Amino acid sequence: MTEAIVQFDAVHKSFGPIEVLKGVSFEVRRGEVVCLIGQSGSGKSTALRCINGLERINAGRIRVAGHDVGSNPDVDLRAVRRDVGIVFQSYNLFPHLTVEQNITLAPRRVKRAAPAEASALAAKVLAQVGLLEKLHSYPEQLSGGQQQRVAIARALAMQPQVMLFDEVTSALDPELTEEVLKVMEDLARGGMTMVVVTHEMAFARRVASKVIYMHRGLVHEAGDPDILLRPKTPELQKFIGAGL
Amino acid sequence: MLKYQFDFSFLWDPENDYALDLLHGAWLTLQLSAVAIVGGFVLGTSLAIVRTGSIGWARRIVVVYVEIIRNTPLLVQTFWLFFGLAGAGYKITAFSAAVIAMSLNVAAYSSEIIRAGIESVRKGQIEAADSLGLSRASVLFDVILPPAIERVMPALISQYVLLMLATSIMAQISVEELMAAASRITSETFRGFEIFIVVAGVYIVLSVVVRLVLRGVGWLAFPRRRRLGTSL
Amino acid sequence: MHITFNQIVFLLQGTLWTIALALIGFVGGGVIGMGIALMRVSRSAVVRWIAAGYVQIVQGIPLPVLMFLSYFGLAITGVQVPAVVAAGVSMTIFAAAFLGEIWRGSIQAVPKTQWEAADSLGLSRFQMMVDVILPQAVRLSIPPTVGFMVQIVKNTSYAVVIGFTELTQSGKIVNNVIFQPFVVFTIVGAIYFCLCSPLAHASRRLDLRLRSRGA
Repeated sequence: MTEAIVQFDAVHKSFGPIEVLKGVSFEVRRGEVVCLIGQSGSGKSTALRCINGLERINAGRIRVAGHDVGSNPDVDLRAVRRDVGIVFQSYNLFPHLTVEQNITLAPRRVKRAAPAEASALAAKVLAQVGLLEKLHSYPEQLSGGQQQRVAIARALAMQPQVMLFDEVTSALDPELTEEVLKVMEDLARGGMTMVVVTHEMAFARRVASKVIYMHRGLVHEAGDPDILLRPKTPELQKFIGAGL
Repeated sequence: MLKYQFDFSFLWDPENDYALDLLHGAWLTLQLSAVAIVGGFVLGTSLAIVRTGSIGWARRIVVVYVEIIRNTPLLVQTFWLFFGLAGAGYKITAFSAAVIAMSLNVAAYSSEIIRAGIESVRKGQIEAADSLGLSRASVLFDVILPPAIERVMPALISQYVLLMLATSIMAQISVEELMAAASRITSETFRGFEIFIVVAGVYIVLSVVVRLVLRGVGWLAFPRRRRLGTSL
Repeated sequence: MHITFNQIVFLLQGTLWTIALALIGFVGGGVIGMGIALMRVSRSAVVRWIAAGYVQIVQGIPLPVLMFLSYFGLAITGVQVPAVVAAGVSMTIFAAAFLGEIWRGSIQAVPKTQWEAADSLGLSRFQMMVDVILPQAVRLSIPPTVGFMVQIVKNTSYAVVIGFTELTQSGKIVNNVIFQPFVVFTIVGAIYFCLCSPLAHASRRLDLRLRSRGA
């Protein structure tokens, strides 16, 4: 019985007077690829960002890789974040550092890796995303798709237990989307536990173990990727039909 | 009407080394500037960090400090410090007093400039740094400060050139820099106009020198700009 | 020894001279500075260069040096000029360079589209400047100009080098009598603060208002 790496238990989250998560519960088991889909405002990105504590919740429980990320203000988020990798829609690479330095910064500072060790690790993850030749380039010299793949490598370098993806292809031109999705697919096939917020339905159908459709702050429908072809609820039907 | 005879011969007068005196003065001006720039930069960065930090009472202290420094003249601050300390029994050299007063002064201006740089760093990069598990110190020194300072380098350099020019008022507390040398020579040769034309020229040269040196420091400190030539 | 009422009055007299010198610098510098700004955006490269040269030179010299140059320079004419004249001339030359730069910046900050629109309406260069560009430039220039007034007030303290009895010099004189530097220079500093801080705040408020209205 594979244990749950991520567990949401009746999670509530408000931004001021607006409640964005109204009691969200779901589970991600080791090795699973879970796709969170839904309209803007459904709470899917917020839910993702609660996993590594970028957003703090108001009520409920979140357990991630053995840590309790709930509303407790004293929780050591740095310990959680060592086990969780995240990739953002706007890549957020550090512009003043080379690709290699972007990747080796956290291993050297957080895990106290020696410079040679960190460089070897950088080369390894960079090769994994197919960009080894860009080791000494700066982010501004790369295309959007390349920057996003470097961002993935940077997160992988910390050897996380789960990888989070926040609409990572939404800011990319269509031609560049493919190269990033391919990297994510390879990662999934390699057994990485992934939580992916995405609009790429074809990707979800092909790669996801589970699809969660969020609507107005709640898990509205969840199941294996077939629900994308045979949605049960009218809201999901409308969502799929609208081609979002 | 203008029957004035210009006489620059004091420069090569064999009896007195006036030209050398001016050069010594200029050298002290540069030394004074260098120490004050470094002190002001370090203090200014610290103030900017506090100002953008989360400790409310510390932020308020910095705001008040900057307000006071920026709304009073450097000369008054210097007199307050130098004569005040001397009167209270703490005798420090004029050079030290000048360095301290100038560092405290330029730190206030630097902190506002650097604060703007810090606030210009995109939130996304800080989120990415936090998400990688980096400590607060590492996020500050590895992710926020380098691009922040690179972005405001031109403004900082202008500020430090102004600082070098402001060293001229330290003659008022008897620091033997360029202005002091010029005043002394004037009292001996009575060629005030010529002397200060020369001194004006020396300051213009010093402005260029200081600007070039600081640009060089920037060139060394920011490898990305050195390699790519683009601005952040 | 404690500071006496008369000595405080003496400081206030110095304050009046500080204000007077600041006004001379601002008005004189403003008139010449406007000329510099217009020269900087002239069609003629020579005119632009002359103005740029003036600004570069003045901005590269410390104000105390400028004070001495005015002092000795005016002495050459043979007339014995009072320190206030030399100080006033220096402040004017100084302010003209900086105000010229600020106002040039404001003129150039007026959106290109305004220049193009005025041009396509067939306005002459003169009409364009007077009716379309300058009014907008003036609005843009108010916050930094008010901000620079703070610099002018503080910089009047450099007139001590030629012995002009403005506020800082007055402070020196009082301190030489009663030897209470912390008291004297705190009072002097506080007076400067009261003159400068409101101007600085006004400049910031004007800047915010300008930004929210949308230039």
